[in-house]
Amino acid sequence: MNENLTAMAIVLGIMHSGIRLATPYLYASLGEMFGQRSGVLNLGVEGIMLVGSFFGFYVVFETGNPWLGFAAAAFVGALMGLLMAVVSVTFKAEQGISGIGLSLFGLGVSSLLFKTMLGSVEGVEGFSELKFCFSSIGIDSTFCLSEVPVAGEIVFSHSVMTYIAYALVPIAAYVLGRTTWGLRIKAVGQNPEAADSLGVSVNLVRYITVIVGGLMAGIAGASLSISLLGVFQENLTNGIGFIAVALVYFGGWSPWGVMAGALLFSTVSSMQLWGQVLNLPIPSDVAVMLPYVLTIVALALPIRRAAQPAALTKPFTRGEN
Amino acid sequence: MSEDNLLPSGLPRIESLEMRGIVKRFPGVLANDHVDFDVKAGEIHALLGENGAGKSTLMKVLYGLYQPEEGEILLNGEVIQTHSPTDSIAHGIGMIHQHFMLVDNLSVAQNVALGLKSTREPRLDLDVVSKRIVDLAEKYGLQVDPRAIISKLAVGERQRVEIVKALYRGAALLVLDEPTAVLTPQEVDDIFVIFRQMARDGHALIFISHKLDEIIDLTDRVTVLRDGRAIGTRPTAGVTKRHLANMMVGREVLLERVRVEREVGEVRLQMKGVTAINEDDKQVLKGIDFEVRSGEIVAVAGVSGNGQRQLAECIAGLFPVKDGQIKLEDKDVTNLPTAVILAAGLSYIPEERMHDGVIKNFSVAENLVLHDHVNKPYSNGLFLNFKNIDNHAQEMIADFDIKTPSKDTPIKNLSGGNIQKLILARELSRRPRVLIAAQPTRGVDIGATEYIHNQLLLQRAEGLATLLISEDLDEVQALSDRIVVMYGGEIMGIVNSNEASIEELGLMMAGESLEKVRAKTAEEMTAANNQPE
Repeated sequence: MNENLTAMAIVLGIMHSGIRLATPYLYASLGEMFGQRSGVLNLGVEGIMLVGSFFGFYVVFETGNPWLGFAAAAFVGALMGLLMAVVSVTFKAEQGISGIGLSLFGLGVSSLLFKTMLGSVEGVEGFSELKFCFSSIGIDSTFCLSEVPVAGEIVFSHSVMTYIAYALVPIAAYVLGRTTWGLRIKAVGQNPEAADSLGVSVNLVRYITVIVGGLMAGIAGASLSISLLGVFQENLTNGIGFIAVALVYFGGWSPWGVMAGALLFSTVSSMQLWGQVLNLPIPSDVAVMLPYVLTIVALALPIRRAAQPAALTKPFTRGEN
Repeated sequence: MSEDNLLPSGLPRIESLEMRGIVKRFPGVLANDHVDFDVKAGEIHALLGENGAGKSTLMKVLYGLYQPEEGEILLNGEVIQTHSPTDSIAHGIGMIHQHFMLVDNLSVAQNVALGLKSTREPRLDLDVVSKRIVDLAEKYGLQVDPRAIISKLAVGERQRVEIVKALYRGAALLVLDEPTAVLTPQEVDDIFVIFRQMARDGHALIFISHKLDEIIDLTDRVTVLRDGRAIGTRPTAGVTKRHLANMMVGREVLLERVRVEREVGEVRLQMKGVTAINEDDKQVLKGIDFEVRSGEIVAVAGVSGNGQRQLAECIAGLFPVKDGQIKLEDKDVTNLPTAVILAAGLSYIPEERMHDGVIKNFSVAENLVLHDHVNKPYSNGLFLNFKNIDNHAQEMIADFDIKTPSKDTPIKNLSGGNIQKLILARELSRRPRVLIAAQPTRGVDIGATEYIHNQLLLQRAEGLATLLISEDLDEVQALSDRIVVMYGGEIMGIVNSNEASIEELGLMMAGESLEKVRAKTAEEMTAANNQPE
């Protein structure tokens, strides 16, 4: 009986962590998905996340207001996205290389600013967990949705940044599938000459998607330092940005696919964390490796290639074809 | 005829469009040299010229894709600006591009709606768009399904989508850029019916082509461009094909090839029941049976995409053969490594010359020794012998009249025709037993085409067995002794070239077997004979 309850608690814990840990991947990956759908590969997500993570954290640290931190991270992320857009779209640089450059830049800048402006690892009170209590919306009751057994614990006690991340998935799907903007993005990524011949500004569309991608990557970084971990240190993201890029491929460039991939990755990561906590007889190195091996396997599968935007990584010049 | 000067789409006509003194420069090239061109409502005006003559450039200036250095465009007498396709579309100018501007993983309605304001902005209104597409399609006699995904449509259908797309945006003047390049003869007839009707309805049509027969058949006036200059404009009724060809090239051009009937020799290439499947498990070749003998040219006719490329690649060892046998003289070469097949006496001129036939960044001299660069005299096994390579290059450049600044010029700087001549020079100088020439004059100017055709006939006279793969029925009829028609990976029929009519070939290219086609012809003849006087 006791073992069953413990097992239940562990499973619930893993699922709760899985949903929670997917947050930064979701933000970053959805943003990258828009950029890639329009034909731009941005490997700078890691760097943008770090810079967003630092600035978000610092603003909360100084002001105590997590929403200001969120906004600061978004702003800084958008600026870095703009930088990537100028380099990739206007200067038509090799996108893989410029993205890595941006990531290194982000790592350097965030580490430098951390050392000079903060100096040591501090903590912040980020967003508190939303408990969905009815008393908070005026109904006279002390009942909280997060206290519903099983479902309540898994679904109803995350921070607002997590809920926003998941809400962005259907919004992204709607934008991509049912709006004129989404149609232009898809066309620009698949056949930019055709889009250009109909008066769509290929470069403008790419600028917008890359800036939005940067904005979301900045928020993704802040979700780590403000919400999930509540601290900042050097190289806080430790590769999450690159995994987020891989998740776009894994998710077949679709918002729901990206969400599935993020959940899969974060659930495996959370299993690995819980495995360590419970002292399971798996060597810790192997356990840590597991999510990354999973990513490699997923990328090697050929099933996704058909959905790849045909113009991905190719800068566009009118008349060069 | 329509009243109120309105088109069937409900929009106003363009009475006249004039391009005056257009000058367009690119680095090192004067693409349009003070060109004058005009077209009126109800007229089909042909723009004729070789590749590189400046026709596409001129039309891209009209469509707003290029900005001219000098010159102006007048619509109904007033100067207009075309800084981008949006401007031109707003003026009622539509372009049907040679390489369709369609996003292949989206539907017809999505492609038509792209770039337009929705009635429910920013939400899409594909239902409204679809309805208008169907209306337009009916008015113009074009069959189009708004929900179809472009990648699933045949080439003729995609072209109709391009036309509807232009009409949807209110095109009163339509620029048709080589519209028949990918159509079977019947599809060409069908689309010409549509074009003639559109002209009668008041549209102005500009027909860009290098196909003299079609220009004579369809158009009212023809303007010839050569080396960037407008050489002259004539009413089509007053010119002959020879006249036009001479204007295009600037000298007398022999349009007729002299093909002497010859004795054929031993079998050099044999295909027995060759079957192949592609990576999607689709059968791309089904039971191919034919042979090519010494001293004959066998042409494989058919619209691109019916297995021709795979056929050539199977013979060259570049595509896996699932069943059946390929023999080069006495040797079974099925699925052998390409190097072995080439050494056994095959030469191959691939369809995509830039992609598969040469190495873009290598020089002319280097490209001329590909395949044999590892053998004497070009190398001694370890080191290349540059003196021999250079001598060989000088010889080939002279013998095959390859126009290049020098033997060290990167090959991508040469014109399409000269690159093709280089490939021909390289492949023929290997003294092959069998030559495969896939689309050898596609995108090649008339002068180089004449040269290549004469070379192929010369080699035929010296005993070479040639397999010619071509979409150009004129070329097929001029050069070949026998014609194999392919459709859907199968052979529809094999006929002697002097016995086959264009109609029969066209029907086979569209999927009817030779027996059916012959039966039809016989029926028609009996019906004609039984007609009362």
